[in-house]
Amino acid sequence: MMVSDGKKLGLFLLFTPFALWIGLLIILPHVGMFILSLKEKVAPRVYEYGLDNYINFIQEPIYWNTLLRTGVMSLLVTVLTLLIGFPVAYYIAKIAGKRSKGALFLLCLIPLWVSDLIRAFGWILLLRETGVVSKSLQSVGLIDTPIEFLYNDATVVMGLIYTVVLFMIVPLVSTLDGMDNEMIEAGYNLGGSRLTVLRRIIVPYAMPGIVAGCIVVFMLTAGSYLTPILLGGKNSSWFTEQIYDQFITRYNWESGAAFGFVLLTFTSFVVWAGLRLSGQTLSSTVAKS
Amino acid sequence: MNTSEFDLQCENLTKHFASVRAVDGVSFDIPAGTFFSILGPSGCGKTTLMRMIAGFESPNSGDIKIKGKSVLDTPPNKRNVKMVFQHLALFPMMNVYENIAYGLRCNGASKSVIKTKVADVLERVALPDVAKREIHQLSGGQKQRIAIARCMALDPDVLLLDEPLGALDLKLREAMKIELKLLQHQFNTTFVYITHDQSEALVMSDHVAVMNEGKFEQIGTPQELYHEPVSAFVAGFVGDANRWSGTVSAVHDGRVQFTTAQGLTLNGINKGDAHAASDTVSAFVRPEFIKLSDANLTNTNTTAGNNNEGHNSISGRIDSLLFNGANSRLLVRVDSNELIEADVTLTGGLNDPKAGENVTLVWPHEQTMCF
Ligand SMILES: Nc1ncnc2c1ncn2[C@@H]1O[C@H](COP(=O)(O)OP(=O)(O)OP(=O)(O)O)[C@@H](O)[C@H]1O
Ligand SMILES: [Mg+2]
Repeated sequence: MMVSDGKKLGLFLLFTPFALWIGLLIILPHVGMFILSLKEKVAPRVYEYGLDNYINFIQEPIYWNTLLRTGVMSLLVTVLTLLIGFPVAYYIAKIAGKRSKGALFLLCLIPLWVSDLIRAFGWILLLRETGVVSKSLQSVGLIDTPIEFLYNDATVVMGLIYTVVLFMIVPLVSTLDGMDNEMIEAGYNLGGSRLTVLRRIIVPYAMPGIVAGCIVVFMLTAGSYLTPILLGGKNSSWFTEQIYDQFITRYNWESGAAFGFVLLTFTSFVVWAGLRLSGQTLSSTVAKS
Repeated sequence: MNTSEFDLQCENLTKHFASVRAVDGVSFDIPAGTFFSILGPSGCGKTTLMRMIAGFESPNSGDIKIKGKSVLDTPPNKRNVKMVFQHLALFPMMNVYENIAYGLRCNGASKSVIKTKVADVLERVALPDVAKREIHQLSGGQKQRIAIARCMALDPDVLLLDEPLGALDLKLREAMKIELKLLQHQFNTTFVYITHDQSEALVMSDHVAVMNEGKFEQIGTPQELYHEPVSAFVAGFVGDANRWSGTVSAVHDGRVQFTTAQGLTLNGINKGDAHAASDTVSAFVRPEFIKLSDANLTNTNTTAGNNNEGHNSISGRIDSLLFNGANSRLLVRVDSNELIEADVTLTGGLNDPKAGENVTLVWPHEQTMCF
């Protein structure tokens, strides 16, 4: 009995900071937001509880179109990030030598040392009408008039990939690192072609890392604000802009809170669907990568 | 001789990594259906040799032939040589059935063929009921057999095994040794087995190659390696032996008389290159050839020497007795303060030697192998 009591106490002490963090910084604000989102203004300083904010969202096509667009674009970014990140992670984990591995990994971390804002301005510096790319293309003679590379979807997607690719590479490298080279060789030895080995052995083995990376990347992308605004301008129509708009421009906190909840529900649903489709569970992916 | 009698032939294979000569001019022929072992200490190039045969490394020079045909230009996935890896490399994300079916699928076998082949090979490794199990639900020995079954389902010309028992505990190793030999008999396929454990190689193999620093020192049956080693390395590596190094004092007729650094004078026969007086020699004597002399000899001959005709004899005191049933061993500290190992049969009677007794060790000159 004593032992298990001691264990319980230890567990309790270990768990307390975690519980406080979850409770104070995650659950409490969300409960507050949720309550807020159910309120509606009927007259100045007079509030009623109801689902009006949510009904508003559904009735206004601009809102849910923006949400769908954000979802689709985020999925696109996730897929492209996976396609770019996988070969890079494979190279770092399996092909690069022991010594260059660390250096390459560090190289991937460098973008993280610079703040989001500075990074986005870096892109702007390169891509705007009077920017480096446009100027140099002109001087080479490939184009006659300056071109604006900013404020289109492609730029937004590229900027987002750049921001989040690291979060794909890290879990992928760690799962691929745990894969014994023998396994890949066994795949060839038993008669598999490159494609077969990739499809039947490497990808299934890396699945937990792939799913974990995709979840993180999707959540980060769907919830990002700075990059779409700065690189896409007003055209980007990212859902986070709508939320910002409600909170700050219109000073309609109730509706903003409702939008926040809609976004949370939507992304959670997409992640759940993704897990179902890939046959993974949240615990298996998080535990393994 | 018809070349296709050999399942696997290597001619003058060489592979170096930068300045390291991992494999250095290795040649051998393996007849069909035999159990061939490559025995050598860690780092001698065994894995490199095997990876060249499987196609994961390409040799700097030399040729590899399977069933008489050179496979140097054949990629690894097209060679009919299958490999059991050191850590088995079973695919953890597939169950047993899928693991075995993988290779068959790669070969384009139909569903029904795969089904019968998997069932058949599982039957042959005596694990008919595990098809639906996940890999982590198997015991160490079962994994081993599934790894072999996965290869054998593809009817390979040669099966390569790279220290597959390395990860198992001692008891299981002993059991798997016999099992592997039986499996080889049953499948009647050529097995090439890599190990650094001489007892594994001796027990299982039809032929053993002893490898050292990238070269083959000797190829022969286990008996030949044990009784007729061609070099000091083989004599020391295969089986237990007492070892001395000394200076030759006289040579005649293939017989060598030499004096060890501690001052023992012993007689032996020349097994390696011919020696002349004042050459240095290494001498080996297997413990089972060293006998305790009978009592009267002990009394008349108390100093080291070779009075007994055709025999070496040394007196000493039993330092300790390593009891292991029929394979018990004496450690005798001789007058020059060296330890000599001698095998004895202990009967449990009063006449058994005991620690602290003075004894004389005797063995024939012919059993002292000099190099
Ligand atoms: N890829 C490589 N690059 C450089 N050197 C290598 C490489 N592979 C092996 N070597 C070197 O070649 C030599 C032989 O290695 P190998 O792995 O064949 O030894 P081994 O006989 O299998 O040893 P062990 O019994 O420990 O497995 C070693 O000196 C090793 O350091
Ligand atoms: Mg090895």
